[in-house]
Amino acid sequence: MILDSLLPSASTYAADINQLFDVITLLVGIPFLVASFLFFSFIFRFKAKGGQKAMYITGTEHQYMKWIHRAHVPILVFDVIIVVMAVNVWYRVKQDLPEASSTVRVIAQQWAWSFVHPGPDNVLDTADDITTVNELHVAANTLYHYKLESLDVLHNFSVPVFRLKQDAIPGRIITGWFEPTMTGTFDIQCAEICGIGHGLMPAKIVIESSEQHAAWVEQNSPFAVAALAAN
Amino acid sequence: MAESIRVEHAAHHDDHHGHHEMSFLEKYVFPLDHKMIAMQYMFTGMFMALIGGFFAYAFRWQIAFPGTEAPFWGQVSPADYNSLVTNHGSIMIFWVAMPVLIAAFGNYLIPLMIGADDMVFPKLNRLSYQIFLLSALIILASFFVEGGAFGGAWTAYPPLSTKAEYSLTPLGSTMWITAVALEFVAFLLGGINFITTAMNSRAPGMKMWDIPMVVWMIVIASILFMLSVGPLLAGGIMMLFDQNLGTAFFDPDRGGDPILWQHLFWFFGHPEVYVVLLPAVGIVAEIITVFARKKLFGYKTVLYTAIGTGVLSFTVWAHHQFIAGIDPRMANVFTVTTLLISVPIAEMMFVYIATLYGGSITLSTPMLWALSFIFEFLIGGITGIFLGASGNDIYMHDTYFVLAHFHYTFYPIAIIGTYAGFTFWFPKMFGRMMNDKLGKLHFWLTIIPFNTIFLPLFVLGAAGHHRRIFDYRNFPELSYPWMWDLQALATYSLIVMLLAQVIFFYNVITSWISGPVAPKNPWNSNTLEWTATSPPPHGNWPEGLPTVYRGPYEYSHPDRKSSDYWPQNEPA
Repeated sequence: MILDSLLPSASTYAADINQLFDVITLLVGIPFLVASFLFFSFIFRFKAKGGQKAMYITGTEHQYMKWIHRAHVPILVFDVIIVVMAVNVWYRVKQDLPEASSTVRVIAQQWAWSFVHPGPDNVLDTADDITTVNELHVAANTLYHYKLESLDVLHNFSVPVFRLKQDAIPGRIITGWFEPTMTGTFDIQCAEICGIGHGLMPAKIVIESSEQHAAWVEQNSPFAVAALAAN
Repeated sequence: MAESIRVEHAAHHDDHHGHHEMSFLEKYVFPLDHKMIAMQYMFTGMFMALIGGFFAYAFRWQIAFPGTEAPFWGQVSPADYNSLVTNHGSIMIFWVAMPVLIAAFGNYLIPLMIGADDMVFPKLNRLSYQIFLLSALIILASFFVEGGAFGGAWTAYPPLSTKAEYSLTPLGSTMWITAVALEFVAFLLGGINFITTAMNSRAPGMKMWDIPMVVWMIVIASILFMLSVGPLLAGGIMMLFDQNLGTAFFDPDRGGDPILWQHLFWFFGHPEVYVVLLPAVGIVAEIITVFARKKLFGYKTVLYTAIGTGVLSFTVWAHHQFIAGIDPRMANVFTVTTLLISVPIAEMMFVYIATLYGGSITLSTPMLWALSFIFEFLIGGITGIFLGASGNDIYMHDTYFVLAHFHYTFYPIAIIGTYAGFTFWFPKMFGRMMNDKLGKLHFWLTIIPFNTIFLPLFVLGAAGHHRRIFDYRNFPELSYPWMWDLQALATYSLIVMLLAQVIFFYNVITSWISGPVAPKNPWNSNTLEWTATSPPPHGNWPEGLPTVYRGPYEYSHPDRKSSDYWPQNEPA
């Protein structure tokens, strides 16, 4: 509700994160409003009036302490709800790795992104791979694995419309997944400071329908490009 | 036990304090008096805050109005921008919050509030400030060396921070980590002093539960600091070696691990939040009890929640690293521990609000600051839940939402807490009363812009704005006109807030010179510092140290007919 009014939701798990955000807003909003109401009403109600002495309360009396104890019940219940929902979303996005129909390699460096697409044979690390700079092409409604690498410092592969973020670490290959649900062109950002060009490495994710994507792969495969050059 | 230590201490006191006239150098430059050392820390911290605030102005200008010249700075280059962001954060935490809240208030208040003539180790105390000053000079000097100041964020993640070919600041990186390490050494020395003094030098009659809350809080904070800083100090030295001696602790090419640094950093970094939070919470306890004329609601409850929060704070560090490439199963554990912190912190907030119940509240300037601390910190607390929930953090991590969240915790701590304490104890520190009208004007012109800086940033963060981005025009999704309006609102608010600080300094200077002379106890407060003259002389109570008969918060006691307060040192 809140997040999708601010930006599009373009992955299968974006809706889960949107919902989690709304639930947290509600569950922290209620205690916040109650506490602020009490806070301000006490300030106005107990303003100093001439000659009137304040009450003497030590804070150990049962009649007062019970309110503090009671307030913990909803807080604990809310905490449990938030933890359960958060862990579920986390499990789906980060711990689980569903079967993919295609895999892309994402390589971050100071200060650009390279994307390796598997090409017409749909297998990475073969001669027909398509490498692009600062532009990732994917098909909608297709489940992708990404293999994230960094050549130098930490970077972070962030696609806000997917609600996805993952640090890239030199020396490691980190595997994750996403499944786009709509077509369009969206921002990819680096979300981990990576030197003076950190704010200057924007990239695009181009989500196409599967036909358009197949056509793009066909046109851009190294063989097609070579054939075009030979003519 | 306590008695014998006091006698020894008093004897020791005579030979080092003496009664000879002190030279200017002895009194102001190399003092042993805890109050003068506190003032050195206080004013160094305030000076650094002005620099940190100016940095914020320069990079906020670039964010809101990219490509235009920032008045008094000029064109902000990407390298400038990163250095400014990095050093704004480093300075505000290590050279403002720490020296002012722990060192300045700790030094000033602990001996005065427990009825001691000075710190137990005055020379360590002096050394602590000198090392701190050196560290501050190093961080400032790093702006003037070749390559400029370090620009890899205050978290200094390697390999960016360890390899000059990546950071392009060969000297700046080394100076940054050296300054931070020295600052830690200074606070280790200070912490030993605070803990020892509070445990051993209390006035006769002052039992554990008669210690004012702010003293407890500074002691707990010092213990947290000492337990958490070791790993990071070691990490800092490893980083220094990686930068300069060719070791490979954090270098993945040669078998090191950059994530190791993150663990060392955040194992300290999260408790550090509570290290600075607790003194501010203590200051607020002193102020709301005085101006509500109320006993603190549940003295032991506050103490236990502080200890509980402190202990829990050692178990949550990896919530800063959910998406940093740690084992994803770890995130589940750290989500649970992080959300658990909401229990003691909520209890603490409830207890403070409950203290107001049935009070007789006067909204003086210090009280306004103290109350605003509670409210603003509440916002900081609840927004933390969004980020502690791992599933949501996948999206929110490193956005402006995070930035706004921690400014809603650190700003109440470092700025509001400091102003609350400073305006409250000003009469004691300088022997003059501050102008209350100017004080309130300064309060409103600080607190309103503070909210209009950071509330818009929550919205921008939720809309996907990442931190530390030099120029948002490169990202079409972050360049809608309404976003630029919010960015401009935040920057203009910051400028208003910074200008409002002129009122504060004007008020301090004019009140110090010509304010009404302060009596011993202008707020009708119970604690011991108000029984010394304003300002207290060297040795605090030359006529003899006070004796304690009761707890610090006996306001409006039914057995006390003559007045609504009952000083700790007054025999029954």
